[in-house]
Amino acid sequence: MNCMTKDTQLPALKTVPSAPAPVPPAAPAAAAVAAAATFDVRQLNVWFGSHHVLRSVSLEILPKAVTAIIGPSGCGKSTFLRSLNRMHDLVPIARVEGRITLFGEDLYGRGVDATLVRRRVGMVFQKSNPFPTMSIAENVTVGLRLNGLRQKALLLERMERSLRMAALWDEVKDRLNANALSLSGGQQQRLCIARALAIEPEVLLMDEPASALDPLATAKIEELILQLKLDYTIVIVTHNMQQAARISGHTAFFYLGELIEFDQTNRIFTNPKQKQTEDYVTGRFG
Amino acid sequence: MTRHFDEELAHFKETLLTMGSYAESSVGQAIQALTDRNDKLAEQVQHNDDIMDRYEMEIDDMAINLLAKAPLATDLRLITVAMKISQNLERIGDEATTIARRALELNGEPQLKSYIDIPRMAAIALGMLKESLDAFVNKEPEKARTVIPRDKEVDALNRQLYRELSSFMVENPATITRCLNLMTVSKSLERVADHATNIAEEVVYLCEARDIRHEANLPLP
Repeated sequence: MNCMTKDTQLPALKTVPSAPAPVPPAAPAAAAVAAAATFDVRQLNVWFGSHHVLRSVSLEILPKAVTAIIGPSGCGKSTFLRSLNRMHDLVPIARVEGRITLFGEDLYGRGVDATLVRRRVGMVFQKSNPFPTMSIAENVTVGLRLNGLRQKALLLERMERSLRMAALWDEVKDRLNANALSLSGGQQQRLCIARALAIEPEVLLMDEPASALDPLATAKIEELILQLKLDYTIVIVTHNMQQAARISGHTAFFYLGELIEFDQTNRIFTNPKQKQTEDYVTGRFG
Repeated sequence: MTRHFDEELAHFKETLLTMGSYAESSVGQAIQALTDRNDKLAEQVQHNDDIMDRYEMEIDDMAINLLAKAPLATDLRLITVAMKISQNLERIGDEATTIARRALELNGEPQLKSYIDIPRMAAIALGMLKESLDAFVNKEPEKARTVIPRDKEVDALNRQLYRELSSFMVENPATITRCLNLMTVSKSLERVADHATNIAEEVVYLCEARDIRHEANLPLP
């Protein structure tokens, strides 16, 4: 697959000038790591009303790598993922505290436009959600058109490139004007990935992207993720531990809103340090 | 669709085959160290043994990480079979070291007899090893099956050499040390052939999912 070359300048997160956020004192080594990380999450706490869903989560997500988030239902995996592109802003009762930086920029800083954050941090959901009234082609280019891109040639070029990156082009190139719902479940999910890629994000968040798919479609999504990580930072929530083992370099285990363990994936699945992780990955609880 | 996992498996197999080539060359060099009375070569074999030990650990480590990805069917058999093959290769490396050590002792004394049976045994055992590894690479169970009966030829040569060396010792006790060293070399080659047989049996299991290691099909007590 061809690497995507960015042909548009990415917008800065901030739309209005503001004072630089105070940087908490950190050890030099930690600071060096933070500079290399895509996301640096520090002391993240999230509440929904009075329910404390995420408790003091700190971790660093490396660039051009796949990080998997695992844990039993209700442990805060999706909440964590959604914190990374400010999806909680859309939930009135949600409250987020702590600090998340994206390549050093504070995501929740004053003057940061949440819409621009979501443009740089794309998301793919568990259930494929193509726009039902749009064609395959329109689904891919909708984000670009909403962002004001009108040149037909450029739209077509971006559409083809996104569909190729999502490993869907060969299957749909002869029916680009067909309704998106005419695709199979696995194809629809890859269409959603193409749609996310079209606006050229830097990060892809995936919330159980293959859990509703059959093994063959799942294998295609996994192969796609392994290809995409050459160009993107990917964070994926999954209930399938073998999937995490197959595609990710690092894995974070969440339980009851806390980050229990974060390590290289091969260590998490062959020799976890925490007993709770061991019990979960061996199927003894959860 | 090419699977990323296939690339990992290919790398895993490549590592195993590199270890296999070390095993083959170690046994070959150990025998050559004896027949050519070449001490340097014997020392080289001992060095190779350390490399093979590291390969065995590396292959186990790779296998554990591959198994964590929940491979099934042929993939599952390939990984478990490869772990067993690497263990057999490591032991072949140990036998090569034993031969090299005995060669160093034998090279320090006048040659007892011209070496005829030992190179012949080595040729058969190494041929078995090569064929079983080829059968593994190309997934050829028929080829693997042809390896197994040849173990008996090596066993027969080993017994024949034992009888011959026993008579030497009876006739002239001054030859006892050299005879015992040669018996050890012969026994080591017989073990190399056993390990090659084990590998061939594993290849049949890999290709056909059939366990042919033991003829009798007795129930467990």
